Amino acid sequence: MSTGNMNLTLKVWRQKNNKTKGALVDYKLADISPDMSFLEMFDVLNEQLINKGEEPVVFDHDCREGICGMCSMFINGRPHGPKDLVTTCQLHMRSFKDGDTIVVEPWRAAAFPVVKDLTVDRSAFDRVIAAGGFISVNTGNAQDANNLPIPKMQADAAFEAAACIGCGACVATCKNASAMLFVSAKISQLALLPQGQPERYRRVQSMVAQMDAEGFGNCTNTGACEAECPKGISLENIARMNRDFASAKFISEETV
Amino acid sequence: MSEINSNIPEGELTQKWTKFKSSVALVNPSNKRSIEVIIVGSGLAGASAAATLAEMGYKVKCFCFQDSPRRAHSIAAQGGINAAKNYQNDGDSTYRLFYDTIKGGDYRAREANVHRLAEVSANIIDQCVAQGVPLAREYGGLLDNRSFGGTQVQRTFYAAGQTGQQLLLGAYSALERQIGMGKVEMYTRHEMLEVVKIDGKARGIIARNLITGEIERHFGHAVVLGTGGYGNVFYLSTNAMGSNVTAAWKAHKQGAYFANPCYTQIHPTCIPVSGDHQSKLTLMSESLRNDGRIWVPKKKDDTRKASEIPEDERDYYLERRYPAFGNLVPRDVASRAAKERCDAGYGVGASKLAVYLDFKANTERYGKIEASKAGNHNPDKETCMRLGTEVIKEKYGNLFDMYAQITGENPYETPMRIYPAVHYTMGGLWVDYNLMTSVEGLYCTGEANFSDHGANRLGASALMQGLADGYFVLPYTIGAYLSKEISVKAISTDHPAFVEAEAKAKGILDTLINIKGTKSVDHFHKRLGHIMWEKCGMARNAQGLNEAIQEIRALRADFWSNVRVPGTADELNTELEKAGRVADFIELGELMCIDALNRNESCGGHFREEYQTEEGEALRDDVNYAYVAAWEFKEGVNFELHKEELKFENIKVAQRSYK
Repeated sequence: MSTGNMNLTLKVWRQKNNKTKGALVDYKLADISPDMSFLEMFDVLNEQLINKGEEPVVFDHDCREGICGMCSMFINGRPHGPKDLVTTCQLHMRSFKDGDTIVVEPWRAAAFPVVKDLTVDRSAFDRVIAAGGFISVNTGNAQDANNLPIPKMQADAAFEAAACIGCGACVATCKNASAMLFVSAKISQLALLPQGQPERYRRVQSMVAQMDAEGFGNCTNTGACEAECPKGISLENIARMNRDFASAKFISEETV
Repeated sequence: MSEINSNIPEGELTQKWTKFKSSVALVNPSNKRSIEVIIVGSGLAGASAAATLAEMGYKVKCFCFQDSPRRAHSIAAQGGINAAKNYQNDGDSTYRLFYDTIKGGDYRAREANVHRLAEVSANIIDQCVAQGVPLAREYGGLLDNRSFGGTQVQRTFYAAGQTGQQLLLGAYSALERQIGMGKVEMYTRHEMLEVVKIDGKARGIIARNLITGEIERHFGHAVVLGTGGYGNVFYLSTNAMGSNVTAAWKAHKQGAYFANPCYTQIHPTCIPVSGDHQSKLTLMSESLRNDGRIWVPKKKDDTRKASEIPEDERDYYLERRYPAFGNLVPRDVASRAAKERCDAGYGVGASKLAVYLDFKANTERYGKIEASKAGNHNPDKETCMRLGTEVIKEKYGNLFDMYAQITGENPYETPMRIYPAVHYTMGGLWVDYNLMTSVEGLYCTGEANFSDHGANRLGASALMQGLADGYFVLPYTIGAYLSKEISVKAISTDHPAFVEAEAKAKGILDTLINIKGTKSVDHFHKRLGHIMWEKCGMARNAQGLNEAIQEIRALRADFWSNVRVPGTADELNTELEKAGRVADFIELGELMCIDALNRNESCGGHFREEYQTEEGEALRDDVNYAYVAAWEFKEGVNFELHKEELKFENIKVAQRSYK
């Protein structure tokens, strides 16, 4: 059904479930169009597998426009593949050449166990947010939005941190499987805003504690997370988080 | 056919909601602790409701099919959220937002619901800012606004091109807070497969754990569906791949009426289909029509590049047909005009199913202004284009980048190619004023219900409705029902109704696995999408709809004997998930065609070719069709029509004109 002329060899991680061992399996694909997205190329592969009576490759994906954060393929050793600032779903086959061999693996981290094939369990991220990634305000308690002016530069900086899509590429690329870029992005967003001040130091302690409990590694300032982040989340957030975490020990009168 | 009761409170329009809120029965805190509410869906409408009900003290269970509630498709909304704040001092008011929404919906929405929506719109912005949602601000530190289609005021709040993401993350953080406190039990990677009814009331759901394949029974005193729209019935749409109608359709089969299914919004500016492999379509924000001029060549089947076609051989057809609104006509009008040109043989690109969106004229104009600011009052064209490109980049840079990424073309040099695509569905489960469906105790919020947008939704109103329902409407209206349920103890899931519902859900899964046919699920989904797009898409006629109904019935029979679902039901099986959803889409597709055939008029997103003015505009029939078509499911995939008459007591009904 495809309309292009690229021929590819795929080496795809297949693993039945989290109780069995996985392995790379080779697949040949012909007539791939350079206009296809990477996931559409996988659709072609899966259609072929189904037509042969085999089980398709299971992978996470949903919006296919780079915002939901669900797609998560480790392509030729890089999360989301060779292009900067795009997710797997926005990567197109024109970024590859006819005859290429492409290795596709799941995110690899102790805190992200493989569920099946290329799908992993990222619920650790949700638990980190549940530990403190919010402002405690019940519905109906809000004052008029314009009663609290926020300087544009500050609001813009908070927005940039808030652009994180929670995909986990930062963890997947880090040699320590650290989640510091993800955690610090949420901490920064709220620390930069006046609404976030009352819980600022309590928040950083709770979230960091949960991050550690989930088994994510520490940060050794390599910067791979920033380089691979599809949304360009900055390392400065980690610095801010570390400052707040250190300050919390002195400033906070609350114990977590 | 029978009349149905929408339970709109008595009294003057502007007082209805206030009076309702102050007189509705309450549930005391100790009783709330023993009342359980099930919420299906974790988008704006689901997450906001789950968080708010838990804050109020109810025991909440929330379900989503994604791996995290933060992935719900609300996240992909780009443009903004409307609110009648009047921060710009441009004459906005609750009434004006109400009026614009009713008119934009082509006079097919319920007045009382829309007025309530306008009333609570301002609270949404306050709530989101309090949660730390970083909405765009001006240098003075106050919130910024922009314009959107169908209005004359600036009431749209936004966060760059990621408004949906930021609002959803706000609702998600409120939800996660309640999860952390143990007040919401969250079930991710779970799909609802059945509503459980006991003595006519919704009392729970059957859900499948998508990882283990296990079928689970969950009790609730009430069930809320915030499960989104059904645009994926067309296969290709701007919806996420997983967006589906299954929860709403199962509810429909349990007695919830499905209202106005034929009202579909086709968005005019999307990136065109590039080949058979296409899995989804990507929207280019409506805001681009502020500076982009839409055109096709005057010559049929013109194969020249856009740059080689001289100015006098271009047809700026929107400016020609609608001189007063030009390129800024509403979505339904712009979409139909593009289709008309392409059908007539003037389309561009390899597929000939595209029109140009050209920024050149405005780039040059901006460049001239910039040069003038810098003291150059007679700039050459090259300077203008260079300076103007910078202005365009600042306004739309992220959209231009996305376009370049997907098409491999540079939109700063050649005009964008765009074509309409399915984007939103105004129809959905019928609900009364309380957001309760025709099944007692079963509620529906957000895009999944039919209530507020009539036959056409205005830009930036979907986010408003989702959050209005979840934060500010449902938490009050559901109390009216739950206050009568306080003596009901949690019902054991061993109750025969649960056993029966589970057996039914399992039966469907087993059947799908055991067909062992020869064609993939996608094969059927694509065929359904093709029928729907050709015959129940941007333009419909009686002949085509009758054909479509027959074709869909044949497709249904083919599906149930020839679909191939590999694997088993007791494991993560994405093909099985898709098969269940496509089975429901096939039945819904038939109902959409039946509804479109029944509605012998054109209104909003529903255009019947037989009913148009001499100039080719939509022709409403207010005498015979000013009603909500609410369909009841009957055994054997049959449908019975019920009508809810729409009464316009506060707005004068008029023909829309953009000439």
